Amino acid sequence: MKVKKRVEKVINAVFFICGLITIIAVLAITAYMVISGVPAIREIGLVDFLFGQVWRSTGSNPEYGILPFILTSVYGTLGACIIGVPIGIMTAVYLAKIANSRLGGLVNTAVELLAGIPSVVYGLIGMMILVPGIMKAFDLKSGTTLLAAIIVLAIMILPNIISISRTALLSVPEEFEEASLALGATKMETVFKVSVPAAKSGITAGIVLGIGRAIGEAMAVMMVAGNVANMPSLLTSVTFLTTAVSKEMAYASGLQREALFSIALVLFVFIIIINIILNVFLKRGDKK
Amino acid sequence: MDIITAKNLHLHYGTFPALKGIDMNIPEREITALIGPSGCGKSTFLKTLNRMNDTVRGVKITGEVKFHDQNIFASDVDVTLLRKNVGMVFQKPNPFPMSIYDNVAYGPKLHGSHKKNELNEIVERSLRGAALWEEVKDRLKKSALGLSGGQQQRLCIARALSVSPDVLLMDEPTSALDPASTMKIEELMSELKNDYTVVTVTHNMQQAARISDKTAFFLVGELVEMGETSDIFSMPKDKRTEDYITGRFG
Amino acid sequence: MKQDITKGLSGKRRAYSGVMRGLAYLCAGITVALIVFVIAYIFYRGLGHISWEFLTTTRSVLNDTIGILPNIINTLYIIFTTLIIALPLGIGAAIYLNEYAENRAFVRIIEFATETLTGIPSIIYGLFGYLLFRQGLGLGTSILAGSLTLVIMVLPTVVRTTQEALRTVPLAYREGALGLGATKWYMIRTIILPSSLDGIIGGAILAVGRVVGESAALIFTAGTGYALVTNYVQALGTSGGSLSVALYVYVYEQGKFDVGFAIAAILVIIVLLINFAAKFAQKRLKRI
Repeated sequence: MKVKKRVEKVINAVFFICGLITIIAVLAITAYMVISGVPAIREIGLVDFLFGQVWRSTGSNPEYGILPFILTSVYGTLGACIIGVPIGIMTAVYLAKIANSRLGGLVNTAVELLAGIPSVVYGLIGMMILVPGIMKAFDLKSGTTLLAAIIVLAIMILPNIISISRTALLSVPEEFEEASLALGATKMETVFKVSVPAAKSGITAGIVLGIGRAIGEAMAVMMVAGNVANMPSLLTSVTFLTTAVSKEMAYASGLQREALFSIALVLFVFIIIINIILNVFLKRGDKK
Repeated sequence: MDIITAKNLHLHYGTFPALKGIDMNIPEREITALIGPSGCGKSTFLKTLNRMNDTVRGVKITGEVKFHDQNIFASDVDVTLLRKNVGMVFQKPNPFPMSIYDNVAYGPKLHGSHKKNELNEIVERSLRGAALWEEVKDRLKKSALGLSGGQQQRLCIARALSVSPDVLLMDEPTSALDPASTMKIEELMSELKNDYTVVTVTHNMQQAARISDKTAFFLVGELVEMGETSDIFSMPKDKRTEDYITGRFG
Repeated sequence: MKQDITKGLSGKRRAYSGVMRGLAYLCAGITVALIVFVIAYIFYRGLGHISWEFLTTTRSVLNDTIGILPNIINTLYIIFTTLIIALPLGIGAAIYLNEYAENRAFVRIIEFATETLTGIPSIIYGLFGYLLFRQGLGLGTSILAGSLTLVIMVLPTVVRTTQEALRTVPLAYREGALGLGATKWYMIRTIILPSSLDGIIGGAILAVGRVVGESAALIFTAGTGYALVTNYVQALGTSGGSLSVALYVYVYEQGKFDVGFAIAAILVIIVLLINFAAKFAQKRLKRI
């Protein structure tokens, strides 16, 4: 009996440690990001670093301003949302409220497939189709632009928005919709004036998740955005926070390398804020 | 004067016959109670009257239901207009997750009232009509989900009244409520019949006896008997009705 | 007062319903077209370049031929190494959360940590792995460093799917076993784990999907090596590019688009297989 009890205790402890792993991982990542990211910010100065408009890390007189990267990430994400959110929500409406279950299920499987396709594959397609297309359409020297990145990101966040919005729409109680129909509303009036507002929290969570994915995407963006440290505009070559890190990581050294970790820290802070917002919306959705 | 007449109404869920040839006349500005054991078809019949069954897959309806002498299944009938005129209150209170005001204003807005004054007036009139105005007039902008169950159900009645229907269908409107709230709703129903025709489904025979003018007894998809409530409960013509109201089954 | 019920909807309402329904169909159509296009395009451009030789040889700079056998093997090594560590840890954490943990606040912290890990972008994982495993632990650019990085990345997936699977085991099973005097661990081993096996396998499949598609987290940890190392233990200490990483390198750094499309086609096939396998596991889960 005693042996049994001891075994139970040991096993309990083993599982406890497994449970701790995720906490340890989060703490370790946070610690590493802060410890490796702070020194360069100290040296450059927080204001110069965040609001400096010029990034010239390899010149003889280097400057480390990451405002172009921050703005590019913000604009890029915003642009992806402007395209992806309406299409995503309307597709979710179709899947949850219009399509019959067999067709809806089929389309939903396809959407899941879209979510599983590796980002480098999106980058490849972007390079081969979007980049030359944009070059021709706007008569540019090069099609690697913020616009190309925005379109790739919009496609990549689509599955997140669709699947979470769909789940939220499906979980709207049928009674709400019945009440609306019984008042003489059409099916579509019911969907857009009752179901969508009732699924607001879930849909917002889907959008925030999409924002997180867009702002964190590196490889696909790297392949289509051109990676020049310009202040962002739609038809110029730009660098995102993510690509600023990955572009120079392979060869950077000294302060330049430390500055890359500082960029990662800024990205990390963005992501943590987005996570917190996401949690708020998910909790709100749960309460209902 | 009969506002709704059903003739030889059959309804199938797939191959299952839920209504088998119902003939019924529903008189204007009276309360008609539909009673019967679970699964007898009374709720199905009720939902057929505003065509809420149309949303259910595999439903097949034959026969005829006339509302003001117009066949509601005719191809030129607009379901949204039918439902505007034949309102419905459900078993479980189902206010929208919006403010009290928006709940009541939802219907009028749909049907084209957008002026602030007009809406305010409709909201107040409807809430008064549902005996809820005094209780909520100071918190119209608060969420409807914060109301008690009984208040929520009266809000649903106000919401149904907001589009000025002729008929109010009520599907066991008190079965989810406590006795005090039930009493309030019953009182309200008796007042409503001055302006509206009320058709209510109820499991509770005392309730049917207390509030209704006419009672219809359903059994396995058939209308066994319908008549003055006092007659049905004191001297039913059919043996099955008698067995049911005396509690031998159900 | 006689009410006419045949007059019909106002033009405005009819238009609203029609337009909204049309938009939903349009957006669903766009989404489906996008999915079909992505897959068809990749297959069209890629399948033709896949040959037996391509799959079974290594890259030879001398002969200027390209074979992806090392990348396939590297991918398998990384999948194997990642899962063999992540599965026990993740399943253990899920068991702790579902079966052992009594402190609600602590459970919430673990779950928050898990959610946070889900939201962290792979480039951050890449940097963290670079700092901790490659430099901190001195593993160098190696398959082991890459796999350890991915362990943390897929942990949330494993924990979440296992938790879901554990939750589906009926309470009666547990009470039955415990009522017979079984210890908790015995009950978990003999009742709970076997009956949630399908769900756990489903989680493992999803984790494989993430590993296969990953590039940003691997490029600075496992590197881009393309030498064929047949000895697993030796491979752990060697730089090795997975298929996704190889796609990136061939396309973005060397402009070999045909190779890129061929790898992309293979990746898409893998994603298809993984999605079907995960669906299958889910269906079996639902049947229980």
